[in-house]
Amino acid sequence: MTKNLRVKTGKVIDETYRISFKFNGKTYHGFQGDTLASALLANDVHLVARSFKYHRPRGIMTAGSEEPNAIVQLHKNSSRTEPNVRATEVEIYEGLEASSQNCWPNVNFDIGGINNFLSPLLPAGFYYKTFMWPASFWEKYEYFIRKSAGLGKSPTKPDPDIYEHKYIHCDVLVIGSGIAGIMAAKTAAKSGLQTLMVDEKSNLGGSTIYQNSENFKINNQNSGSWLEKEINEIKKLENLEIKTRTSVAAYHGYNFLLARENITDHLPIEQRKNKTRHKLLKIRAKKVICATGSIERPLVFDNNDRPGILLSSAIKRYADLFGVACGEKNILLTNNDSAYETAISLFQKGIKIEAIIDNREEVDSKLVYEVEKNNIKIYKGFTVVNTSGYKKINKVSIMRLSKDGQKVVGSKINLSCDCLGISGGWTPAVHLFTQSGGKLKFREEDQVFIPNTYPSDQISVGSCSGDLSLKDILINVPKTLKEFLNIKKTEYENIEVLSSENGSKRNIWLIPSDKVLGKTKSFVDYQNDATAKDIKLALREGFRSIEHVKRYTTTGMGTDQGKLGNMHALGIISETAGTKMGEHGTTTFRPPYTPLTFGTIVGRNVGEYFDIFRKTPIHEWHVKNNAEFENVGQWKRAWYYLRNNEDMYQAVQRESKAARDSAGILDASTLGKIDIQGTDASEFLNRVYTNAWSKLAIGKCRYGLMLNEDGMVYDDGVTTRLGENHYIMTTTTGGAANVLSKLEDYLQTEWPELDVYLTSVTDHFATISVCGPNSKKIVSTVIDDLDFSDENFPHMSFKNAKIGKINCRVMRISFTGELSYEINVQANYAKSVWEKCMEAGKDFNITPYGTETMHLLRAEKGFIIVGQDTDGTMTPVDLQMDWIVSKKKYDFIGKRSLYRSDTIREDRKQLVGLLTDNPEDVLEEGSQIVADVKKFPVEMLGHVTSSYFSPNLKKSIALAVVRGGKNMMGKKLMIPMENKSINVTISDPVFLDKENKKLNA
Amino acid sequence: MFLIDCPFCGEREQSEFKAGGEAHIIRPKQPTELSDDEWAEYLFMRKNIKGIQFERWNHIHGCRKWFNVVRDTSNDKIKAVYKIDEKPPTN
Repeated sequence: MTKNLRVKTGKVIDETYRISFKFNGKTYHGFQGDTLASALLANDVHLVARSFKYHRPRGIMTAGSEEPNAIVQLHKNSSRTEPNVRATEVEIYEGLEASSQNCWPNVNFDIGGINNFLSPLLPAGFYYKTFMWPASFWEKYEYFIRKSAGLGKSPTKPDPDIYEHKYIHCDVLVIGSGIAGIMAAKTAAKSGLQTLMVDEKSNLGGSTIYQNSENFKINNQNSGSWLEKEINEIKKLENLEIKTRTSVAAYHGYNFLLARENITDHLPIEQRKNKTRHKLLKIRAKKVICATGSIERPLVFDNNDRPGILLSSAIKRYADLFGVACGEKNILLTNNDSAYETAISLFQKGIKIEAIIDNREEVDSKLVYEVEKNNIKIYKGFTVVNTSGYKKINKVSIMRLSKDGQKVVGSKINLSCDCLGISGGWTPAVHLFTQSGGKLKFREEDQVFIPNTYPSDQISVGSCSGDLSLKDILINVPKTLKEFLNIKKTEYENIEVLSSENGSKRNIWLIPSDKVLGKTKSFVDYQNDATAKDIKLALREGFRSIEHVKRYTTTGMGTDQGKLGNMHALGIISETAGTKMGEHGTTTFRPPYTPLTFGTIVGRNVGEYFDIFRKTPIHEWHVKNNAEFENVGQWKRAWYYLRNNEDMYQAVQRESKAARDSAGILDASTLGKIDIQGTDASEFLNRVYTNAWSKLAIGKCRYGLMLNEDGMVYDDGVTTRLGENHYIMTTTTGGAANVLSKLEDYLQTEWPELDVYLTSVTDHFATISVCGPNSKKIVSTVIDDLDFSDENFPHMSFKNAKIGKINCRVMRISFTGELSYEINVQANYAKSVWEKCMEAGKDFNITPYGTETMHLLRAEKGFIIVGQDTDGTMTPVDLQMDWIVSKKKYDFIGKRSLYRSDTIREDRKQLVGLLTDNPEDVLEEGSQIVADVKKFPVEMLGHVTSSYFSPNLKKSIALAVVRGGKNMMGKKLMIPMENKSINVTISDPVFLDKENKKLNA
Repeated sequence: MFLIDCPFCGEREQSEFKAGGEAHIIRPKQPTELSDDEWAEYLFMRKNIKGIQFERWNHIHGCRKWFNVVRDTSNDKIKAVYKIDEKPPTN
């Protein structure tokens, strides 16, 4: 295990800077520039993970974000630990700790590995088939399934890191910094456009940057050196911004993209302090150039998942970029020319290649000739049928392919090796293009999907557009750019390119075996352990749609979203079903392209910044006086105030009693307030409320009920006429914004002829409500220049007044049923006025009360709360509030709906009061009401909407909606609870002071 | 998230706006004279087509104005934007 497979200085490796890190508890060394994957491979560590379902040993397979196997857990610390990180993307730093996932007790000996031997019992759709019967057993199964499900462990403590969101606007966004991306970025920036180029890797140049051979030349230079010069040039361009380690997660409509910029993950922990870890970039680009490259395809054959089997391009990348040999006895299996590029790169570095197995019979290619010249054995027309080696590959078995590629023939040859590179050709990375709404077309010659129609101002260039050779890229990119950017010339006219590969390919989706399919394990989706056999089973069981096959077999549903295997799944489905490839389309590519951390998504919106909250100007007083708060919309409202050792129930009982016995005080500042002015203000109110407003005298208040056009109660509140053409409307706390929006809607779109102006003044005024038999004494002390006599200031009226120099509006209105005054003052004076009231009320035991007591008091009086006693299905008639619906008015919002056949039904749910036979039994809000519990199915008649123990009436009271309740006065019903049934009697919803004596006292 | 060209404020992010459903549905002037079916037609029936749709939007976090938008629902492309009292574009 301590072998050193470092062969030559890699392009991005700094060998003077040694780094130590831990993997599965053991210390290893790598160099600055290594990824976790390259450093492990350099130490000859291939086995890094266990697969999800069968717990098969798995190794590093790729060198990029498409990695399906090598997903690891980072950090030990319970706040920073991070699951499901691709080892191929983690840059190592001093002190890095990583470990394998999905194995116990460890990756070398994993108990779950038994699933591999049970695999004949675990076919596709296993869970759906097995755990369905008997249905009552699900709870038992679930416990075990949950235990064995999931990858990795989530942190248990809050995330200590900082995340940010940033908006970016640019003329051109270039995604990907391979050769096509570099050419695009340079061309765009040089033509004066503000350009941003992003790449998910830490270095620029894609795969061309390490292409260093005589076979690939641009203007007589090695393609890699040519590109390096280009990169050095673009770094000097002022209007080009380059962001590395930045992965585009989502590409939405209107060229709106989300990208994650990784700022500190490659730094040692101690250097990350006070730095932002990830930034979520919200990019709005006028034009987008996708240069996202392509991903090499694996090949599907029996046991194609052993550690030591890598993509051929990954082997080349590890050798060229990191100076790491993935094995000492390499074999390559290919159906195209790119494996020969890998071979040339390897023997240049002295890494041994045992053989190349090429599915093709004869190929006229310079690359093949060069490999042959170096005495490497090429098995033409052969394929791999099986591999062996449990924890690492040690042998491949090869056989000759039949002419039609459907069978293998002849005798089996065994070749020993310690690494197998596979190349099934290339798949253009069209994920972002399709996310944006782009449509693909299928290219028959080499079996790839390429962009066809673009939904926004964007273009794909390079291999993601289907240009898979260097020559095609250098010819097509400048042409495409000229048209897309509307420019006459690029710097890349008449460029000379030498590109030696032969584009031929022998595509076989499922490589034949000498065994029957049922005995093979040919993996299509490595991460989810979906095999070719599973896909064929799904088809046999009747699944036809690719979306269904995907979900049934879980192909492409891992964290890698099937970047490697989806094409094979499609191919196998087409072959089996006998349809053409393009016909099925592809499964939907959904954002994010690579997983995002939750931290990135929420940015700074954590803790107290999670959501906006609104405080009244009296908030600090409530805090000081031991208030518990309740969220109402975005408001923090005082819920109840705890004294001594009270609990919530005791506090609410005390507050409720005090408000009726002497005096209570409530902060009602959160009520919505809309200032209404204009010569048609009265007419406007006539149209939006159910009752009549024209005759309301100046200085008077009136309660109004607002309906939706469907006749259902929408909002309520008291509106006061301040002047001939001036009203102030109050709305419910939660409904304020929606009411304003609705009123504006009617005003602007239906009745533009009305001269009415609406202004929200909710935040401008604070409202202090003083209620109780002694409220008049208290308020008249605070406001000493006002005549509080009933003659001058009766119930439902309003006065302007002064408290010292502070102007205030005083309304004598009541939501509790007690004598009550609401003082409205400019918000910044509210706290001092509140304190004056408290001072004046001292002798009367003035008691601050919160929303819970307010709810209790109004329930005693039978006043509704819109949203608690109503739910969008209650008309005023259902609420027994017929009195507020004007019969005389020609029209108002919702009027016509009040006599639709449905709204006039007698058996609608109607609001009633409920009294329990035992006055101590307090009902639970939301409980169901029934007449007969013995008759099945039990008929549900309605439910409890509000319920309290009334300290003033010394009994339990409740409001409820009951089918046909209006005509059931005095009827006995039942509330079935878990252990008992509570007997109740339907009553009038007004429990206290039916004659309104208190209000007019 | 698309961009909407508010006729009063100019191009803004979709998040500043609130969608208001199908446009050009006029509230009947004399609802009392309508049958239940005719009223239900106004109250409930809305088109939901794939393709060109006329709809109302409100710049709720901006000028608070309601206006009309012509949008292709198949790709979210906005073809035209016009004020509430203007006639819909004919082409």
